[in-house]
Amino acid sequence: MNILEVEDLSVKVEDKLTLKGISFSLKSGESHILFGPNGSGKTTLVGALMGLPQFEITSGKITFMGIDITSKSVEERAKLGMVTSFQNPPEITGVKLADLLKLCLGKSATDAFSEEEKALIEAFRLTEFSNRDINVGFSGGERKRSEVLQSIFLKPKLMLLDEPDSGVDVESLRLIAGEIQRYVERNESSTLIITHKGDILEYVKARYACVLLNGQFHCFTEPMKIYENIKKLGYEECVACSRRVTEGWKFE
Amino acid sequence: MSKENELVNVPHQILEEAYKAGIEADGKNRSGTFFHVNQSTVYSRVNEFFQGKIELMDTKEALKKYSWLGEYMWKLVDKDKDEFTRKVAEDFSGGYFMRIMPSAEIMFPLQSCLLITQKNLEQRVHNIIIAEEGSKAHIITSCVQHSTVPKASHLGISEIYVKKGAMLNFTMIHQWSENTLVRPRSAAEVADKATFVSNYVCMRPVRDVQMYPTAYCNGEGSTVSFNNILYGHRGSLLDIGSKAVLKGKSSKAEMVSRAIAREGSKMIIRGLIDGSSPDCRGHLECRGLLIDDDAFLQSIPELVARKKGVEITHEAAVGKISEKEITYLMTRKLSRDQAVSLIIRGFMDVSILGLPDALKAEIKRIVEASAEAS
Repeated sequence: MNILEVEDLSVKVEDKLTLKGISFSLKSGESHILFGPNGSGKTTLVGALMGLPQFEITSGKITFMGIDITSKSVEERAKLGMVTSFQNPPEITGVKLADLLKLCLGKSATDAFSEEEKALIEAFRLTEFSNRDINVGFSGGERKRSEVLQSIFLKPKLMLLDEPDSGVDVESLRLIAGEIQRYVERNESSTLIITHKGDILEYVKARYACVLLNGQFHCFTEPMKIYENIKKLGYEECVACSRRVTEGWKFE
Repeated sequence: MSKENELVNVPHQILEEAYKAGIEADGKNRSGTFFHVNQSTVYSRVNEFFQGKIELMDTKEALKKYSWLGEYMWKLVDKDKDEFTRKVAEDFSGGYFMRIMPSAEIMFPLQSCLLITQKNLEQRVHNIIIAEEGSKAHIITSCVQHSTVPKASHLGISEIYVKKGAMLNFTMIHQWSENTLVRPRSAAEVADKATFVSNYVCMRPVRDVQMYPTAYCNGEGSTVSFNNILYGHRGSLLDIGSKAVLKGKSSKAEMVSRAIAREGSKMIIRGLIDGSSPDCRGHLECRGLLIDDDAFLQSIPELVARKKGVEITHEAAVGKISEKEITYLMTRKLSRDQAVSLIIRGFMDVSILGLPDALKAEIKRIVEASAEAS
């Protein structure tokens, strides 16, 4: 079964057509890896799926768990079970990380965290940040840990993770990727992970990967194979290779 | 002047309004309590535990008791400054005299409430606070107009002396009504190694407030902080300034203002740091959020350097709530309204006031309740 179906999706960012009529699907209970060079449209894709207003959908249809969400708001998509982590999350003065984590869990500000939740915050090394303003003075790695923890606390059906591994140290990567995998297994949820690096593949069990280049899907095979090819030959070569699949991910 | 020993004699309704402005009715967690209603002091009492550490009485009574107090009157605020100071100099109904004795550390805040319940009243008070050498205290003072009073004005002179090595945190909460004219005239003198924190919280609609409290940091290593949390709505006119005059060697000033303007409110946030000691430091921060197009928000920071080596900086930002922040919170399952309200509540962060936890929680309650109710 597919959790997401995307048909002929075109997206404009600041009047520039960044994605050009792409179609693909994501499988339930699976992790999908998306490769692509800087500026290829990966963040646009994730933003458009989540419904962020700066990404204008000019054509196409997005179906999430059988529901057409193309014109649904960010909030509605979030409530249906879609979540995205931000590459550059905003700083919000006076809003404490702990309060936001509680909101993610569906708790009110006066509720306490359960022991299990506390342990996870501690595992993410965010306990000492809980009383700090969200993202204010957080390092790159701290932001990544906070984004992924929020995503997990939201208990999503589909996690769209934009480079959860960039700018994080080896230990944090093991932790973040390990927790993503644990969440996916336990909850049979799906992920779409944007990455530049192969390291995350050690921890996240993904069978499907794809390359996005110039706003279009180009390759469709096992993540490690694509990664090795990109490392050896670069993106352009990878696209030119025999496994080229113009349709990208398509699960029947 | 009638003076009651029990707060129960203060009408229940008044206590309730005062509670919303941070006044604790039973005064158990306060070191002292002072109530001035309309033109008379109705209650003034120091908590048993703090007897001998604090003096609290009506200014007129204090002037009778202490001949030296005359020197503290009109020393920092000029009698002829404007029509309002002249009026109070002419005649006033009292006010609070607070004195924290040398080296006394007061864990519980002192509270004072100035109330107006009488129609068309012009309340005129003169307050004197003396934090003696090495003392440490928090004061919370609330100015409240009973919601049934249609029109009134409040003219208040406050002269504050923070002596050598003392720490005084003074939090003023205004809960006026849409027809009140408010003209506080305050000044403070900060001595060697002394710290003065002046907080101002105004959450309820008010017709017109104009004030520009001044701190004279004359002492070596003296420090002043001015912090404002301002919520301008329903046509409120708020012209709020803070001025720090840094004369003392290594004196420091910090000013932080958070202002929200909506519903036809007009807000001007001024700040002036005047540095005349070669190694003084100052920083001014003003952030304002404009919620709708009917409101007006202006930030006027002024920095003055009179000696080389003075280091004074400022940052100011006014504008609408960031769409990116709203969207971000919406990805966390919040509706747009919930996101906006969370951002506003966070923006008016009481942590900037430097209060102890219990008092901070109380002020937070007041700020959030007002933000929710509007």
